[in-house]
Amino acid sequence: MNAYLRTLGAVVWKDLAAEWRSRELISSMGVFALLVIFIFNFALDLDPKTRSSVMSGVLWATFIFSGTLGLNRSMAIEKDRGCLDGLLLAPVDRTAIYFGKALANMIFILAIAAIVLPVCFILYGVNLFNPGLLLVILLGVEGYVAVGTLLAAMAVQTRTRDILLPILLFPVAIPVLVAAVKASSGFLAAIPMEEITPWLNLLLVFDVVFTAAAFMVFDYIVEE
Amino acid sequence: MADAPVIEVARLVKRFGPKLVLRNLDFEVRAGEFVALLGPNGAGKTTLLRILSSLASPTLGHVRIAGHELPRQAAGVRRRLGVVSHLPLLYGDLTAHENLTFYGRMYALDGLDQRIDEVLAIVGLAARRRDLVRTFSRGMQQRLAIARAVLHDPDVLLLDEPHTGLDQDACEMLDTILRRVASEGRTVVMTSHDLSRIEDLATRFDVLTKGAIRASVQKSDVQRDGILRFYRQALESASGLNERQAA
Repeated sequence: MNAYLRTLGAVVWKDLAAEWRSRELISSMGVFALLVIFIFNFALDLDPKTRSSVMSGVLWATFIFSGTLGLNRSMAIEKDRGCLDGLLLAPVDRTAIYFGKALANMIFILAIAAIVLPVCFILYGVNLFNPGLLLVILLGVEGYVAVGTLLAAMAVQTRTRDILLPILLFPVAIPVLVAAVKASSGFLAAIPMEEITPWLNLLLVFDVVFTAAAFMVFDYIVEE
Repeated sequence: MADAPVIEVARLVKRFGPKLVLRNLDFEVRAGEFVALLGPNGAGKTTLLRILSSLASPTLGHVRIAGHELPRQAAGVRRRLGVVSHLPLLYGDLTAHENLTFYGRMYALDGLDQRIDEVLAIVGLAARRRDLVRTFSRGMQQRLAIARAVLHDPDVLLLDEPHTGLDQDACEMLDTILRRVASEGRTVVMTSHDLSRIEDLATRFDVLTKGAIRASVQKSDVQRDGILRFYRQALESASGLNERQAA
């Protein structure tokens, strides 16, 4: 277990250290996320009541689109200089590499969420600092990253990786997105918890299913 | 020096869809040998090295490295193996020291800082340890790639066209490093197109063409500058064999 966690930690440390130097992922994801929010803000031009009801859709569209950029780039960095081979040559459990990459990707998307939420609060005037909503963001991002990291590892082996990832990922991630949007809307509209719980449960189930599936197949996906 | 086989490959077949890349290939390397794997483009050299390094699985056949069967005991093989390819397998946004620290952690090495100092000294990059790898020249990156490959002190080194893209000076420096790491008793298999360069390094020359080893010769059995003649004869003989088989 110690060796497993050490490998996982090494991969996370490597991704964060490289990103700290280049700021390649965070800057491109951040700029894209802010653009999406501004575009929605100006395009929809909503009254305060309607703003609240569309807020969860705007939030998740922002996370998903900017997250896809990050997932693609995160794996492309491994592939371009042959580093993926370097990782696979190490005598470690390859699922630890997967979880390391997934955890780093999750940190990047959550960092974007930390930028997006205050900006949304200012532009849309909707209070997003709700513990329930933050929990939904955590669960939703986990499910999205679990399947996204796996599919990015698959897409990066192809010549059309940039367009292939969203084509593969969006249909598969729909259950997570629907559950996340519904649960977020529920918390923002302050509807009774009993009505939100089924969506939270669904989110949790898909998180477990996607993470377990990725755990089982990652080794086969990266194998030539 | 040469005793028990460290690398044993028997009746190896590798198929990519309908394309047969390796055809019943037999290959054996004894401990301490430096084998040059020669052959034209598309002969299957890189595929063979990827199978030996556990990055690809054989379609059929047996592969055993340092007593471990592939692909079943891949983790055991990876522990004993260092790989250098024409790509550096290094992160440009990390320093030389950070790259080696990362790989050292992946191999769970003890005394990592001391070992990093040792390998950086071997490849002559101790003074650049704190510099980002993306600021390195191609030659320096390849030297650091060797440091990465020998960091965990492997018994077997697999080198896939390590001279690709290097200028004359960088090639000579790389050769000096390769001689040094090979002289430490490691078994080395290296592919190359540069016969003049590999002639001085290797102790045995195997010609791989059309998916199988067609000829093999010890350095002691080849006259000075005779590698080119041996290589051409092996290719002609393989080509003649194919024509006879086709007829």
